[in-house]
Amino acid sequence: MNFLIAAFKPPCTISISLSAGRTNKQVPLKKDNGQTVLVPLFESQESIIGEVVVEPLQGKKVEHIGVKVELLGQIELYFDRGNFYDFTSLVRELDVPGELYERKTYPFEFSTVEMPYESYNGVNVRLRYILKVTISRNIVGNIVESQDFVVRNYTPLPTINNSIKMEVGIEDCLHIEFEYNKSKYHLKDVIIGKIYFLVVRIKIKNMELEIRRRESTGTGHNTYVETETLAKFELMDGAPVRGESIPIRLFLSPYELTPTYRNINNKFSVKYYLNLVLVDEEDRRYFKQQEITVYRLLETV
Amino acid sequence: MVLERAEDEEKWLAEGIAAIQQNAFYMHRALDANNLREALKYSALMLSELRTSNLSPHKYYDLYMRAFGELRGLEMFFKDESRHGVSIVDLYELVQHAGNILPRLYLLCTVGSVYIKSKEAPAKDILKDLVEMCRGVQHPIRGLFLRSYLSQVSRDKLPDIGSEYEGDGDTVMDAVEFVLQNFTEMNKLWVRLQHQGPGRIREKREKERSELRDLVGKNLHVLSQIEGVDLEMYKETVLPGVLEQVVNCKDDLAQYYLMECLIQVFPDEYHLQTLEALLGSCSQLQPTVDVKMLLSQLMERLSNYAASSPDVLPEFLQVEAFAKLSSAIWKVVDAHAEMPVVGAISLYVSLLTFTLRVHPDRLDYVDQVLGACVNKLSGKPKLEDRRARKQIVALLSAPIEKYNDVVRALTLPNYPRVMEYLDSSTNKQMAMVIIQSIMKNNTCIKEADKVEVLFELIEGLVKDVDGIAVDELDEEDFNEEQNYVARLIHMPYNDDSEEMLKIMCAVQKHIMGGGPKRLPFTVPPLVFSALRLVRRLQSQDGEVVGEELPATPRKLFRLLSQIIEALSSVPSPELALRLYLQCAEAAGDCDLEPVAYEFFTQAFVLYEEEVADSKAQVTAIHLIIGSLQRMTVFGVENRDTLTHKATGYAAKLLKKPDQCRAVYACSHLFWVDDQKGIKDGERVLLCLKRALRIANAAQQMASVTRGSAGPVTLFVEILNKYLYLFEKGNPQITSSAIQSLVELIQNEMQSDSTTQDPASDTFFASTVRYIQYQKEKGGVMGEKYEPKKV
Repeated sequence: MNFLIAAFKPPCTISISLSAGRTNKQVPLKKDNGQTVLVPLFESQESIIGEVVVEPLQGKKVEHIGVKVELLGQIELYFDRGNFYDFTSLVRELDVPGELYERKTYPFEFSTVEMPYESYNGVNVRLRYILKVTISRNIVGNIVESQDFVVRNYTPLPTINNSIKMEVGIEDCLHIEFEYNKSKYHLKDVIIGKIYFLVVRIKIKNMELEIRRRESTGTGHNTYVETETLAKFELMDGAPVRGESIPIRLFLSPYELTPTYRNINNKFSVKYYLNLVLVDEEDRRYFKQQEITVYRLLETV
Repeated sequence: MVLERAEDEEKWLAEGIAAIQQNAFYMHRALDANNLREALKYSALMLSELRTSNLSPHKYYDLYMRAFGELRGLEMFFKDESRHGVSIVDLYELVQHAGNILPRLYLLCTVGSVYIKSKEAPAKDILKDLVEMCRGVQHPIRGLFLRSYLSQVSRDKLPDIGSEYEGDGDTVMDAVEFVLQNFTEMNKLWVRLQHQGPGRIREKREKERSELRDLVGKNLHVLSQIEGVDLEMYKETVLPGVLEQVVNCKDDLAQYYLMECLIQVFPDEYHLQTLEALLGSCSQLQPTVDVKMLLSQLMERLSNYAASSPDVLPEFLQVEAFAKLSSAIWKVVDAHAEMPVVGAISLYVSLLTFTLRVHPDRLDYVDQVLGACVNKLSGKPKLEDRRARKQIVALLSAPIEKYNDVVRALTLPNYPRVMEYLDSSTNKQMAMVIIQSIMKNNTCIKEADKVEVLFELIEGLVKDVDGIAVDELDEEDFNEEQNYVARLIHMPYNDDSEEMLKIMCAVQKHIMGGGPKRLPFTVPPLVFSALRLVRRLQSQDGEVVGEELPATPRKLFRLLSQIIEALSSVPSPELALRLYLQCAEAAGDCDLEPVAYEFFTQAFVLYEEEVADSKAQVTAIHLIIGSLQRMTVFGVENRDTLTHKATGYAAKLLKKPDQCRAVYACSHLFWVDDQKGIKDGERVLLCLKRALRIANAAQQMASVTRGSAGPVTLFVEILNKYLYLFEKGNPQITSSAIQSLVELIQNEMQSDSTTQDPASDTFFASTVRYIQYQKEKGGVMGEKYEPKKV
């Protein structure tokens, strides 16, 4: 970014620094250019405090009609690239119009900011938070500097968390009963379960459990749905016989999951499914998909 | 096609091995660098080679062993936390991230074993988790090998009694449950293997399956090695668990193998205490399972156990081993009606061996077994199957060998009934076994009814059965058999004469039907043993008087004459004649003149009517003379008749030398050298003179027919008779007569026409020397000889 700005040769440099927050955690974030950088991590209701330093280049003066810092929460849909829907927009005026001759520091604070949505970088949609500093000028363009940060929201343990239990089958061919111990899993959770074979008349080669992510964007006719398979986990090798029960134990931690997002600002949803797939010797696939809710567990230390 | 497959298999195996080696190389490099991530990655890749479905069990084993070897290094690495910096608990989770199940589970088992060793979690929880997770592999071969790996790595980490992993809630029970569960699952996989692939290669499958059986059986071995499995636990947990699986798997190959394993790996003592359960499940096995082999093995083991120490015998009684085994066997035999007879019988043999070892005193048990055998055989034709016959012989020999006493076997009512089902040659074989046993042990059979039973048993030897002609048999064998029978006839003995007589009658009854070939063997021993009885009676004569007594010599002689008469039908006149003479002598000793006379009469009749061969006649006449000479019982009249007859026969012999010899032998009939013996010197001289005449005639005949006279042997022989009777004091034999005879001989010898014969010359010379000697010796004899000049 600095490099880009340098191209325009702005008369000053702007740097945004955030004061040490509650956690002062940094997490990696993938930028548009493919690079990964470490950015600060926040959660909803946190105060974002910091300072903006404006330093004119040697011997130059900067005339402006005001300096402000904005906190923006944006959703960007890729089919509508370039259009940002701001669901959150907060502004702090830092300076009245005037001239800058030397380095100046502006402290700012957004206290207890409501940031209901988590940062998300999907296939067709991106949700991001930025702090944007603007030095407004009259004739020439504004000088703008922005800083990404990431928001993650934690959820306590759900009070109700039923298991998923289901009997499915193809008549006289295959009949199974499966059970996942929960319907809501946190990101580091482990799926425990069992598959009971009630009728097996086909020659099964193997059985897998897939974790699938379904991202839907837009509404109505403009809905785009993208499904990714994040995990393929072999549960069984070979053909079981009637009465056999096969254990499931799938650790979620190795996979890059996000919490389930339902209808974020009417723009998009991200849902997770467990897909149980049985493959027979002719490579026919029999499957049953079940939605699970993924959440970010509030880690109580 | 098959060949192609085999070639392909080789190729696949080679590829698999190469891939394993390559990945193992990278894995080891990662291990050397203490790089956990890489190590896990390459070990998983290496283990992925085991996912192949292309190899036969044999080849798969090869592949497995290679991977197995490499995993040892990985395990060492896992053990050392300082090398990878991850706690064992985390490691246990980490390996489960692998996407493919087979490598995942191999790694899990490997880490699991380290986890148990670390003691950071209870061994039972880890074991339970491992054995459960392995359910994910349902492919028979891959599953079997995976579980075999689990069994291998966990073997030394079971919470057995005295093991370091015991305690803190980890009990031996957990170890047992773990092994049992692994066993059950492995067996299921193994059984399922037969349903793999198309039906036409079923045979091949079965072969492959039996190659894998030891993987399953190993679990039973592990179970038996667990120290903490005591009788109680075996009874309550181990055995029911194993049996349940064995019965439920409904597969004959598995059932047979596992039962066999079970019987072999656990101690006999346990089997004994759990007989009921063990036998109960035997009857629930598939009909194609060779239950009889299993039962035989079991009984053999138990028999050996019983034989190992007398201390264990009470245990057998306590659990009523016999009752349980026998009822199990009845059931098996009933349930498998189509089972070949040989199978059933071999079962009975095992049971009998068992009984004899464990309950040597329970004859009723032995009889029960034989009875069951009779039931099985009844309603069937005689056994054709050679193996079945062999088994029956074994069955019948067992009690005899055990007791070394046929009498015991004779008391078993079912024993003869089993014999009835034998074909004649087997029957004979068995009969020989019985007789040999009697001979070997010198068994004395004392009761007539037992003798009766005995002879019924050996009927095959005593009589013709089944219409098999005697001449079809091998003569040597036949003779040997009959010799044995003959020896057997001497064996029964009882001090009580009455019983002894009954025995005789019983024997007689049986042997009389023996036919012309057997009687010559069997009659003489019977006759002689009867005569032995006669002599015994005679020696007791003082006490035993009176006709009303059942056993008297008179009765015996009546019996004897019947017996010998049977020989005439054979016909075997020479033998009969000898026997008559024997009897006559015995009768004479008993002072039974009429009886003795009768016997002689019989002998003479035989001589006249049956003995035609001249050589036989010579022998017979000498026998007659000898016997008659010894007889003292006859009155003058009877004696005259008999001697007259005998001399008559002697003079009518065909050949002159025979005639001569018989006649001079007759001289003894008139000079019996004892106190009250007859001494008729004149008739003696008459005989000798006649003998001389015949000798002369013989000499002349010889010179006429052959141009030279025969040797002087006959003369010398007559001279010897002269000398004998001279010495015995026969007044009619004078020294002058001897003198002239000597001269006659000398003349003859010098004559040219006489054939020189060194033997007769020597004979004569010795005779002359004897005369000389007697003279020189002096005394009474010397004086008698004095006048003789030689």
